[in-house]
Amino acid sequence: MKAIVNVFLKNGVLDSQGKAVQHALSGHGFESVRDVRVGKQIIIEMDENDTATATAKVAHMCEELLANTVIEDYEIEIIA
Amino acid sequence: MKVGIVQFPGTNCEYDTQHAFSALGCETVILWHKEDSIPEGTDLVVVAGGFSYGDYLRSGAIAKMSPIMKALKQYANQGGKVLGICNGFQVLTETGLLPGALKRNEGLHFISRHHHLKVVANDNTFLRHCTQGEVVNIPIAHHDGNYFIDEEGLKKLHANNQILLQYTNKNGEIDNPNGSLESIAGICNESKNVFGLMPHPERAMESLLGSDDGRRMLEGFLNT
Repeated sequence: MKAIVNVFLKNGVLDSQGKAVQHALSGHGFESVRDVRVGKQIIIEMDENDTATATAKVAHMCEELLANTVIEDYEIEIIA
Repeated sequence: MKVGIVQFPGTNCEYDTQHAFSALGCETVILWHKEDSIPEGTDLVVVAGGFSYGDYLRSGAIAKMSPIMKALKQYANQGGKVLGICNGFQVLTETGLLPGALKRNEGLHFISRHHHLKVVANDNTFLRHCTQGEVVNIPIAHHDGNYFIDEEGLKKLHANNQILLQYTNKNGEIDNPNGSLESIAGICNESKNVFGLMPHPERAMESLLGSDDGRRMLEGFLNT
């Protein structure tokens, strides 16, 4: 199974990189850009067959290492 | 006085730190991150600065998984004194030994220069030789020094005098280089035995090299 983990700064935590990208895009004529957030994507190949088990294990990985839950939120997608 | 200095792959301030504490007359030992215990009789463990694991994932994040960190947690929970400098501060917040987190600098630049700091609280081991409100001059060198903590956490820091240092100008007026909440440069835990700061006191040991203000700070750990 494959797990796709997206990690982003929490709402309310200023995303300086997102703001810088937003300003750069606006400066290049992409005027409709309202907000940009920069995060990271972590792709994990796992020897698991059960989606629920895989999800639980990846959530544990996020809490332990992949995200810093003081400032970041994470989303998990499992692909069979 | 015996000082242990933690070394991860990518740590690069361990020998500066060793030199600084040796100059103060301490016995020092480098602790490789794969070690799973803190040597008997250690009076202080310093988590030195640098770029542990290349800052991959997040600064300090992978270092927290090292065997020595389990031993360090135990050491700190039993009242052992711990000082995290720069990347060491990031490692201590990632580990949960200190509250809050360090984000990318607001201006996105790596900042490397001397900076003035105001001593906010001196009722602790680390800054007991400094006076409250005193301004010191200490080098900073970081990319992720933007301190963040939630509102409730900030209240606790205030209530318990855990905010140690703030970035200021030479007159002690707030001058925030990296976007840190309340211009915070250093904090301690509630029990006041774990300390963390982004600036480098170990690089401010000789007035010939710009400042010796770091000496007085590190001397706080002596003879306690």
